[in-house]
Amino acid sequence: MSAQPAIIELQNVDKSFGPIDVLMDISLKVHAGEVLCLLGDNGAGKSTLIKTLCGVYTPTRGKMLMDGKEVHFARPRDAQEAGISTVHQFGGTFPLMSIGRSFFVGVEPTKGWGPFKRFDRKTANAIAVQAVQDFGITRIDDGDRLVGGLSGGERQSLAIARAVHFGARVLILDEPTAALGVKQASHVLRIVNEAKKRGLAVIFITHQVMHALAVGDHFAVLIRGRLAANFMKGEKSREEITDLMAGGEDMATLEAQIAGADTELHSPAHARAAAKP
Amino acid sequence: MDKIATLLRRPAAASILSLIGVLAVYVILGGVDLGQLFGAASWVNYAARIGIVAVPVGLLMISGEIDISIGAMIPAGAMTTAIISGHYGLPMIFGILGALVVGGLVGLFNGFLAVRTTVPTLIITLGTLVAMQGIVLAGSKLLTGAASVPLEAAPLAKALFGQLLFGGSHQVIILWWLLVALVFWFVMHQSKYGNWIFAIGGDRVSARNAGIPVDRITVLLFVLTSTSAAFVGMCHAIQFNSAQVSGGMNDIFNIIVSVVVGGVLLTGGFGSIPGVFVGTITFAIVNKGIDFTAIDRNWANLIIGLMLLIAVGMNETFRKKALSAAPKKRK
Repeated sequence: MSAQPAIIELQNVDKSFGPIDVLMDISLKVHAGEVLCLLGDNGAGKSTLIKTLCGVYTPTRGKMLMDGKEVHFARPRDAQEAGISTVHQFGGTFPLMSIGRSFFVGVEPTKGWGPFKRFDRKTANAIAVQAVQDFGITRIDDGDRLVGGLSGGERQSLAIARAVHFGARVLILDEPTAALGVKQASHVLRIVNEAKKRGLAVIFITHQVMHALAVGDHFAVLIRGRLAANFMKGEKSREEITDLMAGGEDMATLEAQIAGADTELHSPAHARAAAKP
Repeated sequence: MDKIATLLRRPAAASILSLIGVLAVYVILGGVDLGQLFGAASWVNYAARIGIVAVPVGLLMISGEIDISIGAMIPAGAMTTAIISGHYGLPMIFGILGALVVGGLVGLFNGFLAVRTTVPTLIITLGTLVAMQGIVLAGSKLLTGAASVPLEAAPLAKALFGQLLFGGSHQVIILWWLLVALVFWFVMHQSKYGNWIFAIGGDRVSARNAGIPVDRITVLLFVLTSTSAAFVGMCHAIQFNSAQVSGGMNDIFNIIVSVVVGGVLLTGGFGSIPGVFVGTITFAIVNKGIDFTAIDRNWANLIIGLMLLIAVGMNETFRKKALSAAPKKRK
């Protein structure tokens, strides 16, 4: 795997906003057909890192490489043209547009001549439906349906299929499973796996360790802007990862304290998640 | 049943139902003679007047913005034409181009503020609305000493913009309305630019990231609304051989009501040109068609208010229906 240069690589990247350092000394590599899970609690700098990767921010210091060559993105469009595609929590699509129309926003297929060029609805619908079905979402078969009528998982799948169709090589998934139920989330995880099989480099951002473990090959934990851990699949247990994400504190101790302090109190969601076997 | 359900999910559904509802009320409660109503010119002329502006305003609202300065731009267009060609007696072409240039400049100003600031466009265009009223009134007083300017249009201009069709009482502006609606229908529903406008109204940031020139489209849409309003004013000055400072103020709300009844969502991202077209007809029939009924015309505003509320309610329902449309069952 390491014979070829990584599709995307960060070398000692810092990002500061004025005097505030948000990212410090981040070095990461993602190869083709590899899923990097980026874990971190809220405020750890995950979104800043994503925005740096997809061209919204430029790194204050450090280098960004694609296929071993240094790249600079001045705007999101540059990153997209280089093949970096970001899919946001809610799919980043247009709820009141049809599947076919939203799939081709900005790159509409047309037919006809001169000023009478028309949007080719049939082709657009057919391609969009085919692209989603190739990812195993066979429930989508009508390109005229509105995106807002799809389930959360289907929307994510549509957005991922769209990115892949338009030649994405690096897929950044920003908490794709955060708002989804168990079944929907497993759909999305399957699609992440499919994207990986097709040789994409996937950066999967999440704070759900279970989901990360299900698809990840490589894990990075971000704590207060620093890379606190960087390890391969199987090197750490679920509990260790959860503890890392919580800022290195021992979750078990924290839970014991909460339980001891007030048994009436509902345990917070993250403590509950950690308490599961 | 399936066909009806598909039809109801279209953005134009509410406007078609509103039209049927209004006609039913007029026939049942007002005893209107439909043949006479459809043969009448008054409401068609009025529909054309607001329709030429309602179509671009519909596009702008689908893109998620609003322009109320159109209310000042109708008299501004009329006064510009009348002052240039009537008061100063310059050739008609200068009066016509002058009106369109004034419309274009105000549109550029609105659009520029809309993309460069984060001020809501309702407030921006409220500002230009009031400012333009001031400019038109003060400018007219300054240049001509009056708030009403006569205009004797040249025959060609008269024929193009301000004549009655076939010697009847339908104005030539109706043809312009149909042309505007047809061109904008093509742009919105057939060309890729329509897709861009829907995308901008759906999510500006995603649209920009998808490579759509969001700012340029927004400015262009403001130029279109403003210029179309000036165009209507210009036509009216030519039609009626004079222009008044105050004409056209009511039109702001009438135009926006037509667009909303036509199924355009105030939050953007949803709507259609056929919907706006039918919404305009509906509005015009309520407003002018009431003269053909036994109903006292003072009730017209009540009907318009109720219709607006019902239409907005229907739009919401249909939008939910559209979103929850289940996939067709296979097998």
